[in-house]
Amino acid sequence: MADTAPPVEVRGLVKRYGELEAVAGVDLTVHAGDVYGYLGPNGAGKTTCLRMMLGLIRPTEGTVRLWGADPLQTVQALDGVAGFVEAPTFYPYLSGRRNLELLAAFDGGDAGDRIDMALETVELTDRARDKIGGYSHGMRQRIGIAAALLRDPKLLLLDEPATGLDPAGMRDMRLLIRRLADQGMTVLLSSHLLAEVEELCNRVAIVRKGKIVYEGAIADLKRGAGAVYRLSTTNDERALAVCRAQPGLGDIGVVHGKISFTADEPAVADLSQALIEAGALITSLAPQSVTLEDLFFSLTEGDDAVSGVAPATVEAAR
Amino acid sequence: MSAIEAAARGRVAAAPRSRPGVAVVYRWELFKLRYQKRTYLGLGAAAIVPILFVVAIHFRHHRDNGNNFAFQSYLTKSGLVVPLVLLLFGAVWLFPLITALVAGDIFASEDHNGTLKTVLTRSLERWQIFTGKALAAATYAVVAIFISGTVGVVAGSIQSGFNSVQTLSGSIVSAPKGLELVYLSLLVYLIPIATVVCIGLLLSTITRNSAAAVVGTLMISLLFQLIGVLPGLGALQPYLLSTQFNAWQGLLRQPIDWSPIVRAVWVCAMYGVPALATAFLVFLRRDVAGG
Repeated sequence: MADTAPPVEVRGLVKRYGELEAVAGVDLTVHAGDVYGYLGPNGAGKTTCLRMMLGLIRPTEGTVRLWGADPLQTVQALDGVAGFVEAPTFYPYLSGRRNLELLAAFDGGDAGDRIDMALETVELTDRARDKIGGYSHGMRQRIGIAAALLRDPKLLLLDEPATGLDPAGMRDMRLLIRRLADQGMTVLLSSHLLAEVEELCNRVAIVRKGKIVYEGAIADLKRGAGAVYRLSTTNDERALAVCRAQPGLGDIGVVHGKISFTADEPAVADLSQALIEAGALITSLAPQSVTLEDLFFSLTEGDDAVSGVAPATVEAAR
Repeated sequence: MSAIEAAARGRVAAAPRSRPGVAVVYRWELFKLRYQKRTYLGLGAAAIVPILFVVAIHFRHHRDNGNNFAFQSYLTKSGLVVPLVLLLFGAVWLFPLITALVAGDIFASEDHNGTLKTVLTRSLERWQIFTGKALAAATYAVVAIFISGTVGVVAGSIQSGFNSVQTLSGSIVSAPKGLELVYLSLLVYLIPIATVVCIGLLLSTITRNSAAAVVGTLMISLLFQLIGVLPGLGALQPYLLSTQFNAWQGLLRQPIDWSPIVRAVWVCAMYGVPALATAFLVFLRRDVAGG
């Protein structure tokens, strides 16, 4: 394990199933201490990519390195790495404790000493002797976290960790991830819960059709998207023509009946003057806060901007 | 949060460690077998069939109308004959089926449950997991055969007594010597059964479907039997897997005929080693994309 190597370094990762290209040249780097969100619509190749990171499937092309080691070459690359892909799975005919004992035995070292702590962590001590076949989905998700904690991981790879959890469980999961990250654990998680990712993660990769369309800090992504304004006037048709003629404005369109554009403050001041001169008096002009969700949809849905954030604008943030 | 947060705060930072090996996988595979219904189905069949056979002898021996197969005349004279007759009749289907119940399931069920990805992301190499599972499947087969043999000896002895037996050459051997020959026969019978294990493991790995692997393994065993009875293919007979199920009979001749046993070793290796090697390579290189 190279101490200087990043926890996750993926280069040119491709996975093809016949004609289907599930992952189409992914490059990403997760730095130590990152809480890294891996985002994309269903079928974008997120889970396939996570499976390759864990050495479960072989890339058609490209490389994965975990702390500098290739998980396909040796299972030692997974030392200090834990997590699950899709739903965590266990032997349904064994109890929760037996499953953890089995996995601890497969981990070696002192993993067995952490079973009680892990069960307590996920609040399953009382149900530990019940067969996992009788567990609810949320309980299986929690025992999945317990199984990960047995490895005393430095890197957690979690695929949709909040899936199937009730609101309290989701909150607990969020707090756990935050706490683990605060202790120095690096976390890579895929999620559809964009608000959660925005709250938890410092960096993201957004994947579309197997390709990364953005990788970097969320703050940079938002900054690069520019300020988005919504405008209403006494004559929107004329105002739209003025906007299109006005220098310094970009991504001009109509969203929900209002004119939408991006601009900096001096350009907005000039626009105000131009609108008055054109006889289109402003009835409302408001800057919109860009959410990760806005940016996500603009990057992953078609070529047209949604919510006034154009892909071209976001690309500029890269 | 509760406990999650609290315990996360208290996590012990400890580095690995002693690495687990094949023995750990083997031990846990045997442990898992104890909790699976198919284990008891197979072992139960291995134990019950000899008992049913002895019960049938008890009610039918008065209506016996001739000596139609080896050892038949001795069925009511010595219990030691029971396991040998069972080997004679159950060789091609019963014990291969019992063997396939676990060998055909041991990888496929992991695919079905999605647990393969769970164990492959721990600290064991794939070859270690494969070896541990293969050894567990083989152990189960050995246990099943010896349970069947032992139950046959006990039930047969209760019915017909623990008496001397006649070998296939016509000589009489004492009961202790007969018992020794019974267990040696079971050992020799394990040679083709090992090949069945290998075929079961191969189908389990390739099909990823437990039912298909179990039925497929049995079908292959029966297919060999079918090929053996096809006209014009008699020359193939010594090289068929089905023929090797009878190699143990060489032990029951005076002097012992080693040639069928030696042939069983290399013929079974001819089928079993490529099957096992293919299963091993497939498992090592396969994508674990399900579950």
